[in-house]
Amino acid sequence: MQQTRTVEFGTGLFVLLGIGALFFLVTQTTGGNDFKAADTYTVTARFENVGSLSPRSPVSMSGVTIGRVTKIEFDPVALEAIVTFVIDSRYNQIPDDSDASILTAGLLGSQYVGLQAGGSLTYLEDESEILFTQSAIVLENLIGKYLFNQSSNDDGE
Amino acid sequence: MFRDIYQTFVEFIRTFGALQLFFLNLLLHTPSVFIHRFRLVVLQVYNAGAVSIVIIMVCGLFVGAVLGLQAYSNLSRFNAEDTTGIFTAFALVKELGPVVTALLFAGRAGTSLASEIGLMRATDQLSAMEMMAVNPIRRVVVPRFLGGAISMPLLTAIFSVVGLLGAHLVAVELLNVDVGAFWQQMQDTLELSDVYEGIIKSVVFGVVASLIAVWEGYNAIPTAEGVGRATTRTVVVTAIAVLILDFMITAIVL
Repeated sequence: MQQTRTVEFGTGLFVLLGIGALFFLVTQTTGGNDFKAADTYTVTARFENVGSLSPRSPVSMSGVTIGRVTKIEFDPVALEAIVTFVIDSRYNQIPDDSDASILTAGLLGSQYVGLQAGGSLTYLEDESEILFTQSAIVLENLIGKYLFNQSSNDDGE
Repeated sequence: MFRDIYQTFVEFIRTFGALQLFFLNLLLHTPSVFIHRFRLVVLQVYNAGAVSIVIIMVCGLFVGAVLGLQAYSNLSRFNAEDTTGIFTAFALVKELGPVVTALLFAGRAGTSLASEIGLMRATDQLSAMEMMAVNPIRRVVVPRFLGGAISMPLLTAIFSVVGLLGAHLVAVELLNVDVGAFWQQMQDTLELSDVYEGIIKSVVFGVVASLIAVWEGYNAIPTAEGVGRATTRTVVVTAIAVLILDFMITAIVL
C-alpha cells in the first residue's frame, strides 16, 4: 500500500512538473510582443519600400505596441507596397494625418511600423489610409550614397 | 561478398517491416489497455519518467549553462551579448531539448525497459503468461511502451525549461547580461511554432525510443548474452533513429 502511494505521488508530481514546464515554454518563452485585442480596426498605408517588414510585425506609437501588420501587398499600378495593419479599437483617437514610418528596433533588430501623431481633429477609422509615409531605410542604399558622396568629394578636390 | 550484402539488406528490410507490424499491434491494444489497465500505465510512467527527472534536470541545467557560456563568449565579440537568450532558447527548445532528452531517455529508461522485458523472455515469464492465457503484449509490453511515450514530451519540456534557467544563471547572474534583454529578446524572436516544433519532435522521439526499447527486449535472444546485446542495441538504434528523424522533421517543418 505504502509502495503504491509512493508511486502515485511520484507520478503525479512528475506529470504536474512536465505540464508546468510545457506551459512555461508556451507562454513564457514566446510572444512577448504578442498583440491580442478583441476589437480592431484596419488601416492601410503605402510605402515605396518596406524593407524586411513582414506580417505580424508590430505597429507602435510612442514605443507602445498598439497593433500588428496583417498583410503586405504590391500594387502593380502605382508600383508601391500596400501595408495593411490592424490597430486595437481602444486607440481610436489617432489623428488621420499621422505619419507612418518603417523603423528598426535597435541597430540590427526587426522592423516595425512607427506612427507619429499628427494634429488633425478627425481620427483614423476602419478602412482609412495613412497618407504620410516614410520608407524603410535600407542599409545598402545608405552605404552606397555615402560612398558615392565620398567619391564625388574626392573628384571636387 | 555481394551475397552477404544482399542478405544483410534483405534482413534489414525484414526487421524493419516486423517492427512496423509490432508497432501496429501495440497501437491496436493501446485503447483497451488505457481503459482496463490504467494502473499499469501509471506505474510505467513512474518507472520511465518520474525516476528520470533528476538526471534530466541536472543534464538540462548544465547543457543550458554551457550554451549560455558559449553564446555569450562568441556573441560578445560582436557586442551582441543581448541575443544570448535568443540563441540558447532556439537551440534548447528546437534541437537540444528533444534530442538530448531522447538520448538520455534511451540510456536511463530504454535500457531498463529492454533488459526487463528481455529477462522476462529469458526466464520464460512471457511464455508462462501465455500459458495462463494472459497476453504478454497487453500485460507487459503495451503499458511500458505507453509509459515511455507519455513521459518523453514531459521530460523534454522539463529539460528545456531547466536549460533556460541554467542559461539565465550563467548569462544573467554570472556574466551580467541584462535580464530584460535576455528574456524580452527571446520572447520577441521565438514563435509559438518553434515551441510546437520541439513538442512534435519530443512526441515522435518518445514513441520511437519506447518502441525500440520494448521491441529489442521482446525479441531478445533468451540468454544472458542476448539480453545484454538487446540492451546495447536499444541505445545504439535509438541514438541513430533519433538523430536521423531529427534531421527529417527539421527539414519538413522548416
